[in-house]
Amino acid sequence: MKDKIIDISLWQLLSAYLFIVILTVIVKWRGIAREKEIMIGTLRMTIQLVLAGYILTYVFKHPHPLLTLFIFALMEIFAIYNVFKRIKYDLSSSLKKVIAVSMTVGTLASLLFFNYVVIQFSPWFEPRYVIPIAGMIIGNAMTGITLGVNHLVEGMEKQKRMVEAALMLGATTKAASKELVDRAFDSAILPTINSMVGMGIVFLPGMMTGQILSGISPLTAIEYQIAIMLGIAGSVSFSVILFVQYGYRTFFNERSQLK
Amino acid sequence: MFELKDIRYKDILKIGHLRIEENKVSILTGESGSGKTTVLKLLNHLISPDEGTVLYKGKDIASLDPVQHRRNVIMLQQMPAIFPGTVRDNLIAGLMFSEKPVPDDRVLEEALHSVYLRKSLETVAEGLSGGEQQRLALARVLLLDSDVYLLDEPSSALDDETADEVISSFLKKAKQKNKTVIMVTHSKQIADRYAEVPVHLEKYNQKIKEAAHEG
Repeated sequence: MKDKIIDISLWQLLSAYLFIVILTVIVKWRGIAREKEIMIGTLRMTIQLVLAGYILTYVFKHPHPLLTLFIFALMEIFAIYNVFKRIKYDLSSSLKKVIAVSMTVGTLASLLFFNYVVIQFSPWFEPRYVIPIAGMIIGNAMTGITLGVNHLVEGMEKQKRMVEAALMLGATTKAASKELVDRAFDSAILPTINSMVGMGIVFLPGMMTGQILSGISPLTAIEYQIAIMLGIAGSVSFSVILFVQYGYRTFFNERSQLK
Repeated sequence: MFELKDIRYKDILKIGHLRIEENKVSILTGESGSGKTTVLKLLNHLISPDEGTVLYKGKDIASLDPVQHRRNVIMLQQMPAIFPGTVRDNLIAGLMFSEKPVPDDRVLEEALHSVYLRKSLETVAEGLSGGEQQRLALARVLLLDSDVYLLDEPSSALDDETADEVISSFLKKAKQKNKTVIMVTHSKQIADRYAEVPVHLEKYNQKIKEAAHEG
C-alpha cells in the first residue's frame, strides 16, 4: 500500500517539536530575546490547528449551507482585522471601510468564480472544497492588501508635497496620486507573481504537498495547484485594484483638497 | 479679482477684508508665520477657510469646480516639487496635470530661457541645484498660461542678481499677456521694485496679543 498516507503517531509528532527546542537554544545562545515569541507562536499554532482539525471534522461530517457561510464570514472578518493590525500607520475610518469592502468583494467574487466555474462541485456549500479554497484565496488577498495599504499610506505621507504640487498645478486627485496608486498596486501583487515564477521549482506549495502526501497523483495535485494559483492571482489583483481605486480617494475631501 | 471677507484659518490667519486686483502684480510681505503661504493656498483653493468667504471674480470659490479653478489660478510652492525624470518631463508635467496640449521643444526651451536656465531638455532634473530647480518650476508654471499666478517665494534659492533677472523676465511675460500675479517674498528688493500693489500681513497671534494688551 505505497499510496496510503503514513499515520503519524503522537510520539512521532511530539518529536517534531525538537525543532522548536533547537531554535530556542540557538536564540538563547545568541542572546536574541525571542524565546517568549517562539513559545507563544508554537503554542498558538498547535492549539489553533488542533481546534481547526476538530471543527473541520465536525463540519465535513455535517455539511450545512449556514455553517459554511458562517465559517467563510469568520475567515473574512479575521483577515480584515488582521490587515488593520498589521498596518504601522493610523488608518482613517473611511480607509478601513474601503479595505473591508475590497477584501470582501474581491475574495467573494474570485471564490464564486473559482468554485462554480472552474471546479464545479455540488452542493454549492460543500465545506470540504469551500473552506480550504476560501482560506487560500482570503489569506493571499490579505497579504496583498496589507502590502498595498502600507505602500499607499506611506506614499501619501512621504510624498505629500508632490501630491500637493500636482494639485496646485490643476491635477485631478486621480492624476495627482496616480504614481503612488500604481506603486501600491505593484508592491501588492509582486509577491504573487514571484511565487508563480518559483512554483514547482523552488518550492511545492502546501496544498499540493498535502495532496501528494495523502496519496493523490502529482498530476492531479498539479491541476488543482495551477487552478488555485490562478485563482489566488485573480483574487489578489481584484481585491487590491478595488482597494487602490477607492483607497486613494479617502485622502481627499469633496473639494479635491488633501485632508 | 479676489476678495477675502472675514477670513479665519486655524490660528494662523485672520483677515477682515482684502481685495486683490486683476492684471496687477501684488506682493505679499510679512514676518514668518503671518500666513502668507496660507493666503496663496486659500486663493488656489488648496485649503478652505474655517470662517469667511473667498471670492474669485465675484463668485464664492467654494461653489466653483476646484480642479478647474486651480487650472485658472496656478500656484507654485516655495520648495518646488521636482518629479523624477528629465527637465522636459518636469516642464510638461504641469501641462499633463492640467490636461493641456504639449507644445514642441522650441516652446519648452523658450520657457527655460525666460527664467535664465541654460540646460538641455534631456538633463536629469533631480541633479539640478536648488536654484536651478526653482527656475525649472517657474518655467513650468509659465508654460501653463493660466489667468493668475500664485508664487510662493519663487526666488528664495537664487542670489540677488539672478533673482532680479528671473523675476523681472517672468513678470514681463506675465504683463504682456495681462496676467495677474500674486507673489510672496522675503526680499525687500524684489518687493520694492516690482510690487504694483504691496500687501503686508500682520501676525495673527500678535494681533490677539495686542488686542488683549489693549483690553
